[in-house]
Amino acid sequence: MLEILTSILVRTIVAGTPLLLGTLGEVVTERAGILNLGIEGMMSLGAVTGFIVTFTTGNPWLGMIAAIIVGALFSLIHAFVTISLRANQVVSGLALTMLGLGLSGLWGKPFIGRPLETKMSAIAIPGLSKIPVIGKVLFYQDAYFYLSVLLGVIVWFIMKYTKLGITIRSVGENPKAAETLGINVGLIKYACVMVGGAFAGMAGAHLSTAYSKSWIEGMTSGRGWIVIALTIFALWEPSKAFLGAYVFGGIFVIQYVLQPLGISPNLLAMLPYLTTLGVLLFYGMSSKGKRKMSAPATLGEPYIRGSR
Amino acid sequence: MPIQIVPREKTTPGFNVLILLLSLLSGLIAVGIIFLTYGINPFFAIFEIFRSSFGSSFGFKETLTKAIPLILIGSGLALAYKAKFWNIGAESQLLWGAIAATWVGLNWGPFMPGYVILPLMFIAGFMGGAIWGIIPAVFKVKFGINEVISTLMLNYIAAEFVKFLVVGPWKGATKYGYPYTDDLPEQAILKLLNMSRISLPLLILAVAVALILSFIVYRTRFGYEVRVIGENSEAGKYAGIDFFRTTVLMMAISGGVAGLAGVGELTAIHHHLSYPETISAGYGFTAIIVAWLGRLNPAFSILSGLFFAGIIVGGDAIQMSMGLPATTVNVFNGLILVFLIMGDFLLSHRVQYKRRIR
Repeated sequence: MLEILTSILVRTIVAGTPLLLGTLGEVVTERAGILNLGIEGMMSLGAVTGFIVTFTTGNPWLGMIAAIIVGALFSLIHAFVTISLRANQVVSGLALTMLGLGLSGLWGKPFIGRPLETKMSAIAIPGLSKIPVIGKVLFYQDAYFYLSVLLGVIVWFIMKYTKLGITIRSVGENPKAAETLGINVGLIKYACVMVGGAFAGMAGAHLSTAYSKSWIEGMTSGRGWIVIALTIFALWEPSKAFLGAYVFGGIFVIQYVLQPLGISPNLLAMLPYLTTLGVLLFYGMSSKGKRKMSAPATLGEPYIRGSR
Repeated sequence: MPIQIVPREKTTPGFNVLILLLSLLSGLIAVGIIFLTYGINPFFAIFEIFRSSFGSSFGFKETLTKAIPLILIGSGLALAYKAKFWNIGAESQLLWGAIAATWVGLNWGPFMPGYVILPLMFIAGFMGGAIWGIIPAVFKVKFGINEVISTLMLNYIAAEFVKFLVVGPWKGATKYGYPYTDDLPEQAILKLLNMSRISLPLLILAVAVALILSFIVYRTRFGYEVRVIGENSEAGKYAGIDFFRTTVLMMAISGGVAGLAGVGELTAIHHHLSYPETISAGYGFTAIIVAWLGRLNPAFSILSGLFFAGIIVGGDAIQMSMGLPATTVNVFNGLILVFLIMGDFLLSHRVQYKRRIR
């Protein structure tokens, strides 16, 4: 019984890790006032890049780094189109999702059905990993998990306690005022979009080089969209991103736990999406939740320098 | 800075078309560059795409076949996007159209003549899509839930539901191992034009829907309200527009016409419900760009629907002849959409050289 519980928790953490990484990035991006709906495409590109680089070099760390770089560079398109050209953020994000899914399919095709020889393997933290249950769950995971926790703490600290965090938030809440204070609004927005892209790329590489060790077309299967919902769920706060990511990681795992009980796998596969809607509805139905669900004030609006 | 960007007040229709063509051309060039990275001669590939979709009688018939759902969905999305309601859920609204029509066709079809059962299927399909479209509308207006996320989640939910139906309770008794429902009875199937997969009534329906929706958007009070909500929601509130009513009605139409597209695919092409990928081929997503390329005028989605149908048909052709993966068409769609919205910048802004005066 304890073994089953441990295994469920371990898989929950593994399934939650890419969601956490993606959400942290999107929190930073949206805090600066830019809505990036291209996460699904960026994750997909990150997954294929991470896979190809790991496959050819035999080093999953290089795969991770490459995926981070590709994610950041790809998001630069979104930054340029929405910040410099003031294009519609919703449409640009959708375009990037299509493009990312398309490119990853194209570039990844020769690699379908060829498993990695070395994937990102679990690292046991000496001593701590021997603790029953918790040891296996928290201290015997792959590097992506440790890094995601570390990055989460860093993002939380920066957003909450540093001047940089205040700067980013003011850019999203009131860019006009931020500009008067001498902040380069465009630069901050560009940087935050690229940070979001880097996180999404890393999240994708986790899927193809740690979660599984093969590339399958469409392997992100909607996780990018769940990340965008999780950003709302987390109320744009990095600390709550942890909670959301692992709750949803658990929902991904529960599908497979419940399947042997004879419930249709297709109905179970609806669970993450139904839960997402349910959570948003729950927020929306309570007046307190509705108030909390208010995004950064200028989210989605193009900023025009020196206007208003 | 010597370069200055100034807002442009007015544009002529000619300039509009010029920018549109430039955007498309740039998009195609970018696609060509991607083909190069894949070791494919871009001129040959792009020429092949258009040759196989518009250059032969067989190809053009296929293009028209695929244009039908794109025109229907694209014109419905154009209506929603006019109100800045980002309906990304046409894919599942289409599926619900097919589900409802399948139910009607299989259960009532055997007892009714074609001229009764076919209209009933289209009505049921419209209602199926409309209800699935109203859900995110209510969610947005009543509970403040972002419609991009809700429509997307509804896509995944509907897709899984269709799979559940065709392998579970609706699995056809005559279909043995396959995830299909039984075939519709003969009277519930649309007749096709000779040597093609085009149903003439369906084609007429698609064109008529696009024209009617265009009329609604630009010539009726409801269309005016939709545009006001999109352009200036604050003004809309002062003008006494009932946001809830307008949004729900608008999404009922937008989802409903996507449902019609689902009925069309079901009754003219497939004749049974099967896996969602088979029923739709991503029309709901491609139609997003159809609406955008048509400048959100539903009537223009007739032309842009034809264009993207051609890209799907041509993309399929080169996919087979050059061994490209199925997602190639996504590269096309994504890049063209990126360049389309970049073109919008040139429409609304002018880039000027300016001497600095000190």
